[in-house]
Amino acid sequence: MGKIEDLKVINGEGYQLTTLDKAIGLARANSVWPLPFATSCCGIEFMATMGSAYDLSRFGMERMSFSPRQADLLIVAGTISKKLGPVLKKVYEQMSEPKWVLSVGACACSGGIFDTYSVLQGIDRIIPVDVYVPGCPPRPEQIIDGVMNIHELVKNESNRRRYSDEYKHLMNNYNIEIEDGNAE
Amino acid sequence: MEMLNNEAILNLIQEAFPNDVLFHEEPYGLLTMEVTASKGHEIIHWLKNHEQLSVNYLTNIAGIHYPEDLGREFAVVYQLHSWKNLFRLRLKCYLSKDAIQIATLVDVFDGANWMERETYDFYGIEFVGHPDLRRILNEDSMDYFPMRKEYALEDATREDKDDRYFGRNNL
Amino acid sequence: MSELKTKEAFAQSSETIDGNIATINFGPTHPSTHGIFQNVLKVDGEKIISSEQTLGYIHRAFEKLSERRPYNQITPITDRLNYCSSPINNMGWEMTVEKLIGAEIPKRVQYMRVIIMELARIADHLICNSVTGVDAGALTSFFYPFTEREKIYELYEEICGARLTTNIGRIGGFERDFTPAFHTKLQSFLKTFPKAFEEFDSMLARNRIFMDRTKGAGPISAERALAYSFSGPNLRATGVDYDVRAMHPYSSYEDFDFIIPVGVNGDTYDRFMVRQEEIRQSVRIIEQAYKNLPEGSYKADLPDFYLPEKTDVYNNMEALIYHFKIVMGETEIPPGEVYHSVEGGNGELGFYLISDGGRTPYRLQFRRPCFIYYQAYPEMISGMSISDAVLTLSSMNVIAGELDA
Repeated sequence: MGKIEDLKVINGEGYQLTTLDKAIGLARANSVWPLPFATSCCGIEFMATMGSAYDLSRFGMERMSFSPRQADLLIVAGTISKKLGPVLKKVYEQMSEPKWVLSVGACACSGGIFDTYSVLQGIDRIIPVDVYVPGCPPRPEQIIDGVMNIHELVKNESNRRRYSDEYKHLMNNYNIEIEDGNAE
Repeated sequence: MEMLNNEAILNLIQEAFPNDVLFHEEPYGLLTMEVTASKGHEIIHWLKNHEQLSVNYLTNIAGIHYPEDLGREFAVVYQLHSWKNLFRLRLKCYLSKDAIQIATLVDVFDGANWMERETYDFYGIEFVGHPDLRRILNEDSMDYFPMRKEYALEDATREDKDDRYFGRNNL
Repeated sequence: MSELKTKEAFAQSSETIDGNIATINFGPTHPSTHGIFQNVLKVDGEKIISSEQTLGYIHRAFEKLSERRPYNQITPITDRLNYCSSPINNMGWEMTVEKLIGAEIPKRVQYMRVIIMELARIADHLICNSVTGVDAGALTSFFYPFTEREKIYELYEEICGARLTTNIGRIGGFERDFTPAFHTKLQSFLKTFPKAFEEFDSMLARNRIFMDRTKGAGPISAERALAYSFSGPNLRATGVDYDVRAMHPYSSYEDFDFIIPVGVNGDTYDRFMVRQEEIRQSVRIIEQAYKNLPEGSYKADLPDFYLPEKTDVYNNMEALIYHFKIVMGETEIPPGEVYHSVEGGNGELGFYLISDGGRTPYRLQFRRPCFIYYQAYPEMISGMSISDAVLTLSSMNVIAGELDA
């Protein structure tokens, strides 16, 4: 431990050598703006995850966006019935790219315990899902695990993914039109 | 003021409507009566305005389907509650499959509005005089009445679950 | 600059801009995270003229589903009715079946049930009031009660293992007695909760901004509320003191001393204050029940419905047969027709059960208070501004699971 005068000052501190992909991925992953599409009981567990005991804002997800245009992550928590299916699809279509979907709870993943005439047996029947969190309802720790998996996906996603043929093929399967930013 | 017991209530009702109380019993202490369906509205209106009985609260309207009971397939069950005398009352009106109309209760109790819509949505029982009788919980495009016994619980058009693995072979 | 109008004057005024009535869609996805229901509002400026409701967006067919399931498998379904206070639904269902089979429940079980049900009522009212605060713009008051709810979740976990959809209790009692950890946690809860609650209360109850927002928003008179078959805190806010726990006591509620708070105008402020006071009364009931918790068994003697001890199952032939029959749902249920109601978080939650002697109910209808009082919503918001409509909706505590079943 020397005195302060002995410190050598190197001009130009504060550089980091990385690729642009990684920098963008880091920025995107740590500031995801979720759209909580909370329908039923899983919605209450999501609210508990947002509360102070399990604090989702540690992960940069503090600012809930209820407007689809400004949201990155669609968190579907709760049962989706057939009546609500078109509404969910519309909300998904209104979100701007890049967007991810987190399906929280057994009902959103596969219909859950409600194998009935009125419940959609999983939201992946109508929209593509990135991460599934099973549970009925899942504990907040599980929801946070799902969020961390989303962060891994976001960090490592190639910037050209949304323009690739595979992505177009995926969207075609779901009959979702992609807004092509390059179209005239 | 003495509290009325079920005997006294039954006698009062039978005096006012001598031919319409077809059957009565008291399962678990709750006076249950079967009344003629066409008089259901009138009886409840009379019960509400009666000085002593004063049935002021409509608790519930339920529908039931008895497919084997020919001529009486559908039942509309009214659960009523009188706070003045602290008693509950259950009125049942049976309807046949071909004559499935019954008078609405909306002019007596406003709360019957959605209860009747729900019963219509599930069973197809038509409430004559209802201001807005349409489906409430199911999709408007649904063309059958799901709670009837002949329809299955699961959606018949689903293809992702194989019934053999669920032990269901009769669908 | 226009002068600030009182809510009554606003309702009477007509500020048509060019006489145009606009149609605004309030829902089904809207930021107040209460659930999915849609209101199509016709507005004149900012004043609501009429509204048309659509529900059924989480219709999960509970009633048809319960015709397929044996009696002890219906308890998880009842959880998902009013999922903010699921123990009340569970216990209501268990009491209905016990009434049907004519079971005699020990006093200790009844007091334990009271403790759990009042904890659930506190949890439900905490959510409703904190979300009312959020809709009025107060976000901090959302986080304080949620910490207290975590403590209540821990208490549930001690008995049944789950936090939210508890499936708590069995037909005939509880699955296990209160563990020592439960006693410790409950004692510390009873010590710390009143202080934390008064902190939450001080943020909103006499807050000038909150009072201005909520007084006069969404009022309903007692006559109209009774005509719509309201029950629960919404009815008590109008001045009518109907509480199933007092009128038709169940599970030893007659042993406890508690007040039923009532409001005056039936507006949002009164609903908020009634729920706050009910939380205090619930704490009082829990203290009385806990202090006088009688000794005895935590379950009734119902070999047909309550699983036998595991040691007996492995050693005793009769117990093995009972275990098999109960798990497969092949117990004999007497035929009959029963209606039982409990005071849920939102009002009179009733179970109308018809059994024909088979292993599953013939008909089970849930009398859901949310469904019944939500039909009065257009009447309550006509003449109000849109922001008042949002506040009224959140203060009515409409839980989508109970609305649609």
